[in-house]
Formats: sequence, C-alpha cells, structure tokens
Amino acid sequence: MDQAVSAKTARRPRVDFWEGFRKGLPVMVASAPFGLLFGAVAVDNGFSVSEAVLMSATLYAGASQMVGLELFGQKIAPWLIVLSIFAVNFRHVLYSAAVGRRIRHFTFWQKVAAFFLLVDPQYAETEKRGEAGLPVTFAWYLGLATPVYVMWTAEAFIGAVFGNLISDPHAIGLDVLLPIYFLGLVMSFRSRPRWLPVVIASGAASVLAYNTVGSPWHVSLGAIAGILVAAILAKPAETGKN
Amino acid sequence: MSTIVWIIFAAAVMTFLTRVGGHLVLSRFERIHYRVEAGLNAVPAAVLTTLVAPPAFTNSWQEFAALLFSGLIATRFSMMPMFFSGAAFIILLRHFFPI
Repeated sequence: MDQAVSAKTARRPRVDFWEGFRKGLPVMVASAPFGLLFGAVAVDNGFSVSEAVLMSATLYAGASQMVGLELFGQKIAPWLIVLSIFAVNFRHVLYSAAVGRRIRHFTFWQKVAAFFLLVDPQYAETEKRGEAGLPVTFAWYLGLATPVYVMWTAEAFIGAVFGNLISDPHAIGLDVLLPIYFLGLVMSFRSRPRWLPVVIASGAASVLAYNTVGSPWHVSLGAIAGILVAAILAKPAETGKN
Repeated sequence: MSTIVWIIFAAAVMTFLTRVGGHLVLSRFERIHYRVEAGLNAVPAAVLTTLVAPPAFTNSWQEFAALLFSGLIATRFSMMPMFFSGAAFIILLRHFFPI
C-alpha cells in the first residue's frame, strides 16, 4: 500500500520531499547529541562559536569533524589535520560510487548538492529506496537531508554556546568523550571482515608510534598498519560481500 | 583569516572530493581489486582506532577504565546507550578518584 502510493505520487516533488523528510527525522534525533557535543568540544579546543558552525555547515561529516577537533587540540600541523579528516571521510568514495548510479537523472547542480549531502545515513536510505524499486527523486533526496543538515548546523551553534558555559570540562569528562565516541564507531564496524586483526594492528601500531615517533604520526602510521593487514588478509572470494 | 578557518575550508573541499570522487573515479572501473577494496573497507576502523588506543593506554587509569567499560557496553548495546553510560562512568570515576 505504502509503496503503491509513493510510486503513484513520485512525480509530485512536494509529496516526495515530505516523504524523505519523515525518513530524515529519526536520523536527525540520533545525531543530535553528537552535533551538540561537537559544538561544546569545539569551543573547549579553541574554536569560536562561528568557526564551530562553519565547520558543521561546510564539512557535514560528524566523525571527521571530531577528529579535526581532537587533533587541533593536540597542536598538530594543519596539513596533517586536513589529511586525517580526509582519511576518515575516505569511506565516502564507496558511497559515492554506489549512489552515483541511483541519481544519474539529476541535473549537474542537483548532483553537486546530492554529493555534498552524502552522509552515512543518506547513503543507507538512498540505497534502501533504490533497491526497493522506488524512484530516487531530487525532492525526496533533499527532503531526507534537510532535517538532518539544518539541525546538525544548529546543534553546532547551541553546543558551542553551552560549551562556553562549562567551567570545568575535565570534571564532566569532556576530553574523554571523543575517544569514547570514536570507540563506539570502531565497535560499530565489528561485523566487517577482518575487523579484529585490523583493530589490533592499528591499535598496537598507533600506541607504538605515539611512544616513539611522537604525536601526529600515530594516526597515519597506525591507520596504514591496519589497512595493510586488511589488504594482506583479504581473499578473492569475499569481494562483493561488502 | 585564522588557521582554523583555513583548516575548515581545506577539510571541506577534501570531504566534498571524497563524496564526489567515488562517482567520478571508482565507477569507471569494472572491478576493484579485492585487496584494494578490503583496504578501503578497513580505513574507517583503522583510522579511528588510532584515536582510541593511545589515550586508552598512555593516559590515566581512569581513562583506560572508562574506555574498557564503554567497549564492553558496545558489545551489547548501540551507540547511544554506550556513549552515555561511558560518559557517566568517567564523570563518576573522576568525582570519586580525582587525579
């Protein structure tokens, strides 16, 4: 029933927009604490309120924004911060290749907007809709992204304003919240093939590099160790599974 | 403009490149080599682990305990309960065992 209705009304942009919007609401709620956390940690690490908002509005990539803050707080060279953000976002390359096939009918600027808004849940919902045989229209895509993007940017502002009011960030564990958040993301990948060897290799290499070569390099050296382990352990039969 | 603003703009451009790059580059290949694909799949876990392991093993025991606790919670619950219980854990630890 639901699918028949949406197929019939697929060409009405307003209906499509609100259909997407409804899908975006749970994503918006789930990302809210992290949008607020980003703003609060940003001012704690020396960002102004407007810089925090600018970052959320132009990157729109939660995990990598947190990585940027973490490294900025450690006084690491700017190009290494940018490189680390790039590395965390590199998974988008895979989303982009998949979603690109679903949005061939978009105009050039619609595609530009669509790729800019391509966050993890946007990818997941678009794939789900495409696989269900429903039309992925620009109105639907934009409707899905709107509540998430608007609130993500607003949360950076709210979080930053409240972050300014926190008198003792250490007591409320603000410096540990990012590692906890990153650990949560690491754990969320644990169903992927070769996850444990990758994590052990990256973890061991990063601690070793942190204690020998020094601070910025533990990120790239640790990551390279994990990626190499994944490539070495890969078997041809497993392609296409992910 | 401040360094922060430059970092933000550079990072925004790089982020956009990852989001458009797969469509422009990766989709031209019929097949991706399985080792390359496995490596790409491992990137997020590999990078993010490097931001967890050093603080867990080189800072205070409270941080190690909080991350261990959060990791155990994550094996049973989703991100949201894991995050908030981990936060509560470190706040309590620091309250009862300052320094």
